[in-house]
Amino acid sequence: MCLAVPARIIELKGDEAIADVIGNRIQAKTTLVPDVKLGDIVLIHAGFAITVLDEEEAKKIWQLLADLDNFSKTNKRVSG
Amino acid sequence: MLERINEAYTQIARAQKTLGRTVNIMEVCGTHTVTIFRAGLRSALPEGLKLLSGPGCPVCITDQGYIDAILAFADRTDIIIATYGDMIRVPGRNGSLEQKTNRGNIKIILSAEDVLKLAKQNPDKKILFVAVGFETTAPATAVLANEALQQGIKNIAIFSNHKLVVPAMASLLTTKNHRIDAFICPGHVSVIIGCDAYLPIVEQFHKPCVVAGFEPMQIIDAISEICRQLAEDEPQLGSVYQAAVKPGGNETAKKIINDTFDISDGYWRGLGEIKKSTLKLKEKFSSLDAEKQLGVKFIPEEDLTGCCCGEVLCGLMDPPDCGLFATSCTPDSPVGPCMVSSEGACAAWFKYTRKKRQK
Repeated sequence: MCLAVPARIIELKGDEAIADVIGNRIQAKTTLVPDVKLGDIVLIHAGFAITVLDEEEAKKIWQLLADLDNFSKTNKRVSG
Repeated sequence: MLERINEAYTQIARAQKTLGRTVNIMEVCGTHTVTIFRAGLRSALPEGLKLLSGPGCPVCITDQGYIDAILAFADRTDIIIATYGDMIRVPGRNGSLEQKTNRGNIKIILSAEDVLKLAKQNPDKKILFVAVGFETTAPATAVLANEALQQGIKNIAIFSNHKLVVPAMASLLTTKNHRIDAFICPGHVSVIIGCDAYLPIVEQFHKPCVVAGFEPMQIIDAISEICRQLAEDEPQLGSVYQAAVKPGGNETAKKIINDTFDISDGYWRGLGEIKKSTLKLKEKFSSLDAEKQLGVKFIPEEDLTGCCCGEVLCGLMDPPDCGLFATSCTPDSPVGPCMVSSEGACAAWFKYTRKKRQK
């Protein structure tokens, strides 16, 4: 249940943000990371940004998500 | 990468030699359990290392009495039950929330903020919020409670069952027959509470605690670091998830937890009552407290007959050793919560090993 995904803040108004997760736009609250800036990458859990993440770490996780996606597509093809 | 795997093998062998037996490491977090299975780590690791799945899935450790307390309100037309999707299929004594969804008053939410929206959209109804989760999720409930209070919103009732991870880890180590040598500590709980929160486990119980993220290689690195500590008999705090986890955690989130909740004793499925392990709303928020406003009453219950979720959560048993596993208890027709939650140990064993162990 403690899943969290990295997302880039692309709009920020007060503590309400729109964030981009590999092309998907989600709403998120930034109340718990008050110093966050536009363009920062944050980890989002249940609609709340819980920490700011560096670009390199975020890229690793996005790549992992992309790999899982590709894997599941391959898997489906093989199993017919 | 191969170098890191080889290093892990070397350290596991060293630890095994020091202990003179199999090394037992508990991955506390349910998301780690799933990562370990998905990456095939269990079968790739040497026999001298055993990974135990811990009580780190909020759905799995929720006492049945809590589900039944919520279910008692499912037929009320003046109430909307707001819950994270994870809880919806957990069976209570008289069915699950899923079986009541046809009445239209059970809403799955993705964020605590959705509770605020529901309350504004339905001013004539009370929103009963099923507030479960560990320290990762508790700050969101705290923000909700503060916003509702500030905005004077009265039709929200929060039934808080937020749990604290460290007291549960300590409780496991005081259980008779426990076989835990070390912990891989949860990544996102640690984002909030920080690595330093595990210091009591290291100091009082002399068990290595290493925080890991959710990439398979990070879990390998955590195992490697833990085994090095065990081999050298030097239990320490460690982290291989420095990118997200600071020693002190997220101070803003910790403060809002402290300002909103009191720490009280609480029931955990399988572990029973654990002192100072549950977050309850402070007096200041009593106008939003479901226990005070609606009289929602939690009565601890005996677990279902034959269900071994309790033993599984304590690392005393692997799921296939339960008599119900893959026979009368499957993900389609779950008996216990560890089979319901996609992060539950039983569901992970079922999905990824897909066989019943021959005795």
